[in-house]
Amino acid sequence: MTYVDLKDIRVSYDGKNNILKDLNLSIEKGELVSLLGPSGCGKTTTLRVIAGLIEPNDGDFVVDNKNLTRVPVHKRNFGMVFQSYALFPHLTVKENVGFGLKLRKEDKTTMNPKIQDILEVTGLAELGDRYPKQLSGGQRQRVALARALVIEPKLLLLDEPLSNLDAKLRVQMRIEIKRIQRKLGITSVFVTHDQEECFSISDRVAVMNNGIIEQFDTPEEIYNRPKTEFVARFIGFENFFNLTKQGEKTYTTSEGHMLKTSQSWDDTKLVATIRPDDINILPKGTEQDTNMIPGKVVVRTFLGKSYQYEVETNVGKILVNGPKETAYSSGEELLLQFPEEKLILV
Amino acid sequence: MRKQRGLSIISMLVFAFLIIPMIIIVVTSFGENPSIQFPIQGFTFDWYLNVFETNSLIQSFFLSIQISMIATILALLVGIPAAYALARYSVKGRDILKSFFLSPAMIPGVVIGYALFQFIVIQFQMPIFQGLLLGHFLISLPYIIRVVGSSLEQLDFSIEEVAWTLGCTRVRAFVKIVLPNIQAGIFASFMLAFINSFNNIPVSQFLSGPGVTALPTSLMNYIEYNYDPTVSALSVLLMVGTVILMYIIEKTLGLASIS
Repeated sequence: MTYVDLKDIRVSYDGKNNILKDLNLSIEKGELVSLLGPSGCGKTTTLRVIAGLIEPNDGDFVVDNKNLTRVPVHKRNFGMVFQSYALFPHLTVKENVGFGLKLRKEDKTTMNPKIQDILEVTGLAELGDRYPKQLSGGQRQRVALARALVIEPKLLLLDEPLSNLDAKLRVQMRIEIKRIQRKLGITSVFVTHDQEECFSISDRVAVMNNGIIEQFDTPEEIYNRPKTEFVARFIGFENFFNLTKQGEKTYTTSEGHMLKTSQSWDDTKLVATIRPDDINILPKGTEQDTNMIPGKVVVRTFLGKSYQYEVETNVGKILVNGPKETAYSSGEELLLQFPEEKLILV
Repeated sequence: MRKQRGLSIISMLVFAFLIIPMIIIVVTSFGENPSIQFPIQGFTFDWYLNVFETNSLIQSFFLSIQISMIATILALLVGIPAAYALARYSVKGRDILKSFFLSPAMIPGVVIGYALFQFIVIQFQMPIFQGLLLGHFLISLPYIIRVVGSSLEQLDFSIEEVAWTLGCTRVRAFVKIVLPNIQAGIFASFMLAFINSFNNIPVSQFLSGPGVTALPTSLMNYIEYNYDPTVSALSVLLMVGTVILMYIIEKTLGLASIS
């Protein structure tokens, strides 16, 4: 059942250019949804519309069947974690965490146990009396999270919360966030530009570009079957070429090579894409079959776990990763085989 | 090494150049001779007693304190919200507004004094005290806006937004979150504006009237008629006052916060 619903949200700062264009997004209760996209795609704007920090020009924002579009930010009861953590520098960890409860006029007897509980859940029990400047980056992150969670928010909003941490801590914290989110069963929206981070943490991912959602799916679906060229490029598909439809699941390249696919769309002209890892390299002289295109190695680079080749073919330059065991040198001719289940049509 | 020695000699000279006049003033305030003389003959505290016995000086001292205090507080009440608006929102014509607010600091004091005299005293017939207050309010405002503005520019406004999400209204978030974090800037701007207002001559000169004279104006009047070490003694007292004030700032906030 839909818990959070954004309907035809449009945001424009100057009345001419739309930052968000009729954006629709439905989130289920208890889900962790990520907004993924390059900078300027509108993901942070979407989060700020949800938080109530930006009022949309058009559209409705509904949570739990209540229309909150015009409800001011301080009455929404959402917890938010900012990229800079935004801890109050003049307050201790306890005071930071208790800030929201104090505003709710809770008395000390109910407030203190709640603060203590959340400090324990976030692993901060020993640090209650410290000031933010006495904490490490990871600890600040936890305080920000604890402060957002202790008010028992209807929604948890996270704006690139891990981007200021070093790589090791980032992995640790994202597992932590996921664990706490699961434990409390809180519906969450997570903004990030890092696809690995986003895939590892999310139930579903909305890939955004230019103020619209290009694809909203599970991480597996997005990784294996991107629906648009933008999504494919963003998540690491490198090779794109044009195809013409010949029949059900049968296509030809511009040079007449026959390709079979596992997907089929109604369009007669479309673009096929495949990851460098998914192409098989066969030596020259292998019997030519469907899904094979001949080519010539232009550049070879060593990637550590494999070699990457730039191969000149009659559908354009194709990037291929090949095993370390057999190295082809530049100028060598070979056959590229595109497995039909790995060939994606966008 | 030689270069550094050269530099330290230069800084010693500069320091001497700054400190010697003050030493001379301090020394002359103890001289027995009724005109200011250096070096002095004899030693007396009479001029210090005389400061407290000269009514016009004492009166204008308290008037100056009063005017500068009220004007600076008014300027804080207006200047802090103005600085906040300038730092926080992309107000249309923000740069023009910024320069406009700072313009009193760039226009010669005499011109401001004269313009205020023309309008406040001649055109609107405002009472002298209120006129003087208004003038000092105007010359204090730029200091407040500039100094508070620069501490606001260093503030991460996401702490304010977080406070909103936690249930704070805008006013409450401003009072509970923004103000405590620009405290040092507010205090510094207060000190700067207060000292500047207290020392100001041009504006006070134009806006004086019977019984309403700021201290610097009184001092000038006094010098015109009596060239005696009372002036030195008063200056020494003011210096001591300032040093004590600075010591308190240093102890509570650290001098770094106002420079």
